[in-house]
Amino acid sequence: MKVFQIVLFIFLIVCAISVSFSKNLLNSIIIFMSYSLIMSIIWILLESPDLAITEAAVGAGITSILFFVTLKKIHAIVAVEHDEEKADHHRHDKKGGAK
Amino acid sequence: MSRLLSEQEYRKTKAFKVKRWYCGEKDPYIGRVELRPQKPFEEDVNTQKKRIHDEAILQRNIYDIEHNRKLMLFSKFYKVISVLFVFTLIGILLYMVSYLPPVGNAANPDNNEVATKYIEDAMKDTGAVNIVTGMILDYRAFDTLGESNVLFIATCTVLILLRVDSRSKKREEEENDRLYEPKNDIILQKVAFFLVPMIIIFGIYVILNGHLSPGGGFSGGAIIGSGLILYVNAFGFQKIERFFTQRTYKWICFVALLFYCLAKTYSFYCGAHHLETGIPLGTPGDILSSGLILPLNICVGMVVACTMYAFYAMFRKGGF
Repeated sequence: MKVFQIVLFIFLIVCAISVSFSKNLLNSIIIFMSYSLIMSIIWILLESPDLAITEAAVGAGITSILFFVTLKKIHAIVAVEHDEEKADHHRHDKKGGAK
Repeated sequence: MSRLLSEQEYRKTKAFKVKRWYCGEKDPYIGRVELRPQKPFEEDVNTQKKRIHDEAILQRNIYDIEHNRKLMLFSKFYKVISVLFVFTLIGILLYMVSYLPPVGNAANPDNNEVATKYIEDAMKDTGAVNIVTGMILDYRAFDTLGESNVLFIATCTVLILLRVDSRSKKREEEENDRLYEPKNDIILQKVAFFLVPMIIIFGIYVILNGHLSPGGGFSGGAIIGSGLILYVNAFGFQKIERFFTQRTYKWICFVALLFYCLAKTYSFYCGAHHLETGIPLGTPGDILSSGLILPLNICVGMVVACTMYAFYAMFRKGGF
């Protein structure tokens, strides 16, 4: 168990550092999610399951969703935007064709 | 004895005016204060060119480090000073750390009688098997009320910042992500069909068993909120608006926070005057036990779940 804990801690530190060094914002959010996940496992190992549940729900779940939505709002996720526009055009074309 | 006012008389009363203002039928400013709509920013081509040219010259002169001796000196000085400042700060902090008591000392402030009392007496005092919940919602219930209020105020702030005015329809159509929804992604819908009920039931389980097992109002509420977000993503806003609108959100938050306040006021009042609260603690381990903790957990859970969903909805389309 000790070795497992040390491995988790190393993962945690690597995640924490790579969040700030990653150039792509989308990547940093995903790394941040994995950070929260590792943190929740560490909370269980530290015998505080209350915190583990909260960390998993808030840190890995809702915070990252809100980050994703914000990135989408400020048009930082470019590829997704393009896809969506295409889909939208496609739909419009279909509608036009149906008429 | 009160008599029924006629319609004409009722219209003259202050209550009617306040009601109209509250319902948004009448704006007291319109017709009395001069309102000038903001004009869109327009600039003719020559001034624009001149402005861009001036800005370019300004930029070049300001950041021209090679020719400007003063600037070069300043930038070097700035770097050296910032490094020095950071190291001084680190030094001060490390110096302060050396004043902390040594680890594992029995006389340290973290080994005081409060923690011992919590661990020894929590089950007897609060009736909760899960001591953490007993602490959060009984000994430290006032803090939890503050947390719930912080969440509520945060939603209000986000509402002020992100709300899309229903009158500015055109802008809404440009910025609204809702028009892309529902995308009718069949995989997402099938997965959500199975997962959403399970997530929400698990959240309810975590809330209701807050005093027995790990978890509680906050984590359970977050789980339910994420379930609602998944539902919205799969089926779109129109479906969720059948049972969850801004009105529902307001009422749930209002009722939950009010109940929390009243319940805790009652128990604080009784506690301060050494009175019996009259709320049975029950047998520890039963689902209906530990006095006020279960209803308070439900209140906190509802506030958190609604807030999480409200954040998402407002980030997504500026409203509910």
